[in-house]
Amino acid sequence: MPKTAYYIPVGPIHPALKEPIRVEAEIEGEKVVKVDVKRGFAHRGIEYMGMKRNAIQTLYLSERICGICSISHPYAFVVAAEKALGIEAPPRAQYIRPIIAELERIHSHLLWLGVIAHEMGFDSLLFWIWKGREKVLDILELLTGNRINYSVFMIGGVRRDLKESHIKALKDMITYYWEFTEKMKEIMLSDPVYKARTRGVAQLSKELALKLNVVGPTARAAGLRMDIRQDMPYDAYADIDVRAVVPQDIVGEARGDAYDITMVRIYEIEQSLDIIEYCVDNLPEGKILAIPNYVALLAKIRRTKGEAIGAHEAPRGEVVHYLKFDGRDGPSVWKVIAPSYNNINSWAPLLLGAEVADIPIVVAYIDPCMCCNDRVALLKTPEGKVLGYEYIHKKAVEKTKRIEREVKK
Amino acid sequence: MTPETIFYAVAFPILGIFLGLTYKGIDRRISARMTSRIGPPIRQPFWDVGKLLLKETVVPENAVKWLFNAMPILAFASSMTLLLYIPFGVLRAPLEGYGDLIVILYLLTLQSLAMAVGGFASGSPFSSVGAQREMVLMMSYEMPLATVIVGFALLYKSFSLTTIASTPVWTMVSPVAGIGVLLLFVALLVVTPAELAKLPFDIAEAETEIAEGMLAEYSGRNLALFYLSDAVRGFAMAALEVVLFIPFTFSYVFGVSLSGTTLYIVEGLWFLFKVLIIYIAAVTVVRTSFGRFRIEQASRIFWVHVNLIALLGLALVWLGV
Repeated sequence: MPKTAYYIPVGPIHPALKEPIRVEAEIEGEKVVKVDVKRGFAHRGIEYMGMKRNAIQTLYLSERICGICSISHPYAFVVAAEKALGIEAPPRAQYIRPIIAELERIHSHLLWLGVIAHEMGFDSLLFWIWKGREKVLDILELLTGNRINYSVFMIGGVRRDLKESHIKALKDMITYYWEFTEKMKEIMLSDPVYKARTRGVAQLSKELALKLNVVGPTARAAGLRMDIRQDMPYDAYADIDVRAVVPQDIVGEARGDAYDITMVRIYEIEQSLDIIEYCVDNLPEGKILAIPNYVALLAKIRRTKGEAIGAHEAPRGEVVHYLKFDGRDGPSVWKVIAPSYNNINSWAPLLLGAEVADIPIVVAYIDPCMCCNDRVALLKTPEGKVLGYEYIHKKAVEKTKRIEREVKK
Repeated sequence: MTPETIFYAVAFPILGIFLGLTYKGIDRRISARMTSRIGPPIRQPFWDVGKLLLKETVVPENAVKWLFNAMPILAFASSMTLLLYIPFGVLRAPLEGYGDLIVILYLLTLQSLAMAVGGFASGSPFSSVGAQREMVLMMSYEMPLATVIVGFALLYKSFSLTTIASTPVWTMVSPVAGIGVLLLFVALLVVTPAELAKLPFDIAEAETEIAEGMLAEYSGRNLALFYLSDAVRGFAMAALEVVLFIPFTFSYVFGVSLSGTTLYIVEGLWFLFKVLIIYIAAVTVVRTSFGRFRIEQASRIFWVHVNLIALLGLALVWLGV
């Protein structure tokens, strides 16, 4: 019997995808024999918008790059901006920032743990984990006023202080999540069905992980000790001595599969709880903004000439922001590198030879964030020639004129 | 054929659809409560069918049109026929004497087969993958299912469901054969979610992997027919298990003697209650507490573990007879 290969187009819109991306797979039976990943469906030109606004507006614009890492991008942004301006946030603000950032990590990791359960058809687990996630979202709302997009960072500090009542709520939350992660370990890591679906799936070797340049939990699950909080610490992380969570420290060996990444994420939640506890216990007194007057801050930015790179360990990996201040009250150059950009590299090699049933797990395993990804949109002719900006602009003007004429008729 | 039979033939499918959809609603509600959700109202499946019947029926361009449209009808017809072979408590099956357990086995297979053929006919890669998976799954669970039926044939020296229903299985077996029957029951309970394409064996319809698989291209009336046949099949499968393994009547359990209309009403409700228990145990609880298996994992479960259980049960029954 001749082998028949099916061509399966996944995306840009597909029930397994939460955001637009296209994976073209060719399958024989249940095996994927050919795969092509195409990205570039979610370009919004945010960097360009940021380069037209002042730095404070851009800071809150950076929150909109990603819906889940909505404090990670501002974190990298403020770190870069503070370096460029040569100012430092007051100690209290330096301790409040990691608290918010780690709360975000907890909620992002819980989100992922729910999503991976859903991808393998285990919806009850999804409901249970997301029920547990409500707690951290409530705390974030209490601390910042919002469940998502916290808008709490400012160049040179934070905008909201931590009150006694907040600290009490945080302590309650820490106890709650220590119990929750214990239960999660039992339900996910010790469960034979979960193990059967994740062991050996999306297996990324250490060499391949280095070659593909993956970052964050994806790299750590493969056994690479890399974490921005450990490698180039900032704010309170410098006092805490964060160590990258790698599977070989937990069970002795790193296999880099979906099971290991689940383990890394659950243990990172516990690490975050430790960090929050440390920050809350050692919270210094004092003010929370280096330059409380925004007009003065913008004036300082206008006077500054300089560039800087800020990096933060987002839940998905490292977020890097490059800023250049050049006589304007906002960045004249702003470049963002999001972790999913590197991590999506792992799809093509991991999908090749995988089973159809494993496609959603391989895709979800890196916790992809398409909207972080796209930095540029290219228009190509059918022959593959890239069209220039001037040409596209000319065509756009022509079309507008034509439509105008048609409307007037 | 008596007028009574014709009446049954009309009334049973209507009753079957009603009960199937109600059980589906109860199943959804309980599953939701188990995962701390409120869940849809119990009448939701009725609304779903009503809505589907109003929707446009789309046939994909590269589908084999007649096959694509015929398969939902075939699936629906076979599940309706299946219902006519199942005795409701003390009520006799309308088609009693016209077929036996073997026919039931075939009718159960026919529905899965109709869905697989429909999937192949719809010309979509997702449906084709789903249909392939369904075929593999069918090959895996048919063996334990057949073993269960052979076990019963050994016990009763007959394939007739009426004979089986008339004498409770537990009263006519030795202790050894009793353990055998229990093992067959376990095997059948494991086969149930696969037969009904429910989690953890809904591999052929995996939403996140292949976008509902075989049903991906179905819409409107065709989808409604599949939905109905699925609902009826769920009820029929649970009812079959009750008839085979929990045949105790209300009067037998509680030691009361009833007669006339009261007997029929009480026994009917008692039967429905037993079916509900089986339905919840074999479908609702299982689908809420498991994730989806991969196709080769599911195959291994059926070929190795469930088959072993079923064959061991069969051997014990054979020894005990």
